[in-house]
Amino acid sequence: MQTELIAEARRQAEICNACRYCEGFCAVFPEMHADGTFSDGDITHLANLCHNCRGCYYACQYTAPHEFDLNLPKALAEVRHASWEDYAWPQPLARAFQTNGVALAIALVLTTAALFLAIFALPGDGDGFYAALSHGAMVAIFAPAFLLPLLALAISVRRFWQDMGGGTPGWSGAFGSTARMTNLAGGHGEGCNYEDEDRYTQARRMAHQCVMYGFLLCFLSTSSGTVLHYVFDAPAPYPFWSLPKLLGVPGGLLMVFGTVWLADLKRKSDRHLGHAAAWGGEMAFIGLLFLVAATGLLLYWLGATALMIPLLALHLGAVLTLFLLTPYTKMAHGAYRLAALLKHHQS
Amino acid sequence: MSEHFDIAVIGGGNAALCAAMTAAEAGARVIILEAAPKPYRGGNSRHTRNFRCMHRGPLGPLIESYEEDEYLADLLKVTGGKTDEGLARMVIRTSEECLPWMEAHGVRFQPSLSGTLSLARTNAFFLGGGKALVNAYYRTAAKLGVEVRYEAKVTHLAFDDDKVAEITYETGNQTHHITPKAVVVAAGGFQADLDWLARAWGPAAKNFLIRGTPYNRGEVLADLMDQGIEQVGDPTQCHAVAIDGRAPKFDGGIVTRLDCVPFSIVVNKNGDRFYDEGEDVWPKRYAIWGRLVANEPDQVGFAIIDSKAINLFMPSVFPPIKADTLDELAAKMDLPADQLRATVDGFNAACGETDGFMPTELDGVATSGLTPPKTNWARPIDTPPFYGYSLRTGVTFTYLGLKVDDRAQCSIGNRPVQNLWAAGETMAGSILGQGYLAGFGMTIGTVFGRIAGREAAAHAN
Ligand SMILES: Cc1cc2nc3c(=O)[nH]c(=O)nc-3n(C[C@H](O)[C@H](O)[C@H](O)COP(=O)(O)OP(=O)(O)OC[C@H]3O[C@@H](n4cnc5c(N)ncnc54)[C@H](O)[C@@H]3O)c2cc1C
Ligand code: SF4
Ligand code: SF4
Repeated sequence: MQTELIAEARRQAEICNACRYCEGFCAVFPEMHADGTFSDGDITHLANLCHNCRGCYYACQYTAPHEFDLNLPKALAEVRHASWEDYAWPQPLARAFQTNGVALAIALVLTTAALFLAIFALPGDGDGFYAALSHGAMVAIFAPAFLLPLLALAISVRRFWQDMGGGTPGWSGAFGSTARMTNLAGGHGEGCNYEDEDRYTQARRMAHQCVMYGFLLCFLSTSSGTVLHYVFDAPAPYPFWSLPKLLGVPGGLLMVFGTVWLADLKRKSDRHLGHAAAWGGEMAFIGLLFLVAATGLLLYWLGATALMIPLLALHLGAVLTLFLLTPYTKMAHGAYRLAALLKHHQS
Repeated sequence: MSEHFDIAVIGGGNAALCAAMTAAEAGARVIILEAAPKPYRGGNSRHTRNFRCMHRGPLGPLIESYEEDEYLADLLKVTGGKTDEGLARMVIRTSEECLPWMEAHGVRFQPSLSGTLSLARTNAFFLGGGKALVNAYYRTAAKLGVEVRYEAKVTHLAFDDDKVAEITYETGNQTHHITPKAVVVAAGGFQADLDWLARAWGPAAKNFLIRGTPYNRGEVLADLMDQGIEQVGDPTQCHAVAIDGRAPKFDGGIVTRLDCVPFSIVVNKNGDRFYDEGEDVWPKRYAIWGRLVANEPDQVGFAIIDSKAINLFMPSVFPPIKADTLDELAAKMDLPADQLRATVDGFNAACGETDGFMPTELDGVATSGLTPPKTNWARPIDTPPFYGYSLRTGVTFTYLGLKVDDRAQCSIGNRPVQNLWAAGETMAGSILGQGYLAGFGMTIGTVFGRIAGREAAAHAN
């Protein structure tokens, strides 16, 4: 772990610990004030509890030009990103994709091209998309592309857990607060100081929820398709009044809407209150989520036209990129954040 | 440049903002002249954490009740009776309606901070502290059409008999004049002007640290007093507490507080003790120690503790100086080693039974036969590593101010000035002659800021 980043976050945490004015904003401060000592693992834990709402920056009487130079959202964002890179395996992949939007775009081009190749090289075996790429081929590509990165992520998060001190996770408290995104409310229920300096707004919380629930709906849609396929012997394509479509269409719409909103908010926010160098990588990641959702919806709409094949290649390429790079992009933050909350709610 | 404002508010802290918002809500065109640049706007108010609020039942974050008589009794205890009881009761009674008013103007509260549970009933804590409060008020003021000018230092108010005729203010090296119909002064005290402080207190004051803003230099106070506006409060006195000697000269704020004294011995730069460190619990003594340290050579003290005591108090922002022997500690702190050892040995020998040691209450664990004695928490300093902190005098505010009536109006001779009101620290001496009650500064500013805004707007209309 980059020691200067940890040292800077620790310096700031010690000032906060003597001040405590921000205690009500989020889980970071009560965690910080619990015992007042800051091991490297403690700092990484705090960093992953922070969701960069910036409330504590605009409220701080010690921000630059004051000599104490507080900027806790930034210090924690830098440690947080460094921790994702450090725990990721293999590390160089994380270094490339966390911060670098171009790398992400190249990955997307490669996966999409690979899927084009697959579509032309492998025979289809059914209706709809399966006419282009057989169900068997899809499973052969996506099952490992889904499971292997999950395994890599699980190993990383386990190491993070151990560095935080291990122990039995506080399941109920953590899931309760994640489901409601309590911490994104800012302690008073009025949200973040994100896109308009010190004005509290709910925009970021709502946009994030659109993306998260949209993603979950799409994921459930795919899962329901798998169940229909294997258990009920009902392969795709599905009509509108079917579980995969009823989950997938609203899910896709939520994701499209949420990612556009998030990108706009991010554009308006002050980069220097986050990890400025990761801005491009994060924007590219939002773009990838948008692409996954938008191409999915377009496929539904234009699936019967000649555009189906390129759309299918692009959609599957985007999904494949998202899956493969889960441990190495912002996608991993959910797992780290959940682990940090599980630790926070431990006792 | 000619600009037309109904009301000019001088200052940009809590009292100024309360006055500006109230006046704007009454329909007045208001301008705020704030000496500080935007990142430092809000004076000492940006360093605060709570205000003291009367309540007859649970209110917002406040539990149980805190009624007028108890509040007043708490105030009289710390001011030694130097209180204008009429004004004090008015402030206390009005504080109850302030809390919902503050919420309506954007302030958010949080439960009492960890380490301050003793204040959960009496003081309402601002979520994010005073800077968050100030930010919220600037947002609300902007919505109400209040204009704000930063780096605008008021230097002079010109009078026409018993009326303010014109205000002069400077931005950079430009001078501006405005002629509002009414004026509210809320520019704090003069503690950041060290020369003035030295004239009032003595040359020792040059070594004091100023806990809050460097922009409260009392220019307006001096200008008004020179022109015969009634003043109040002891011109030589300031509220000063003992803080970490390594704090910055200005704006160190809350994090420089040092709570270790009751568990320590405190020596001066010659290595000698000079006062009973265990006289009372720290919240009741930290102001006395500001003065005690001010009277020692070079205005500095050194608190010495051992490893038994290191976890008994809230951390300061600066880590203690640490050493395995007293000689090494003396060298690191630039103290005479022989004398420090002699003082510690003498103190240790005077300590008696320590089984009754109780860090959270007056435990009566005292020295015997020692001058000065330590009357509580007296345990030998004998378990290395040893730790040391330097202590200096940190000034919170000055007592000298403008005398106002219960409508916040200033006077000249024995007549009211027709269009001049004052609020906050700059008139707090009208109520509070000495001492200080935690959270009362923001209460005075909020109550009188609102009154001043209302009265000024009524005059301007
Ligand atoms: C570290 C610290 C902590 C404190 N904590 C608390 C607390 O928790 N609760 C509490 O009740 N009190 C607290 N106090 C006291 C409290 O800060 C004051 O009572 C209160 O802030 C006074 O408000 P005010 O608006 O009168 O003055 P300030 O907030 O100091 O505002 C004065 C304003 O006037 C401006 N100004 C000065 N001169 C000029 C000029 N010539 N022209 C134009 N503008 C000028 C300044 O820039 C400033 O904006 C604390 C004080 C300090 C130093
Ligand atoms: S961010 Fe600033 S105001 Fe908030 S707790 Fe830390 S030092 Fe205090
Ligand atoms: S940025 Fe927000 S979430 Fe992060 S520490 Fe500050 S207040 Fe908490």
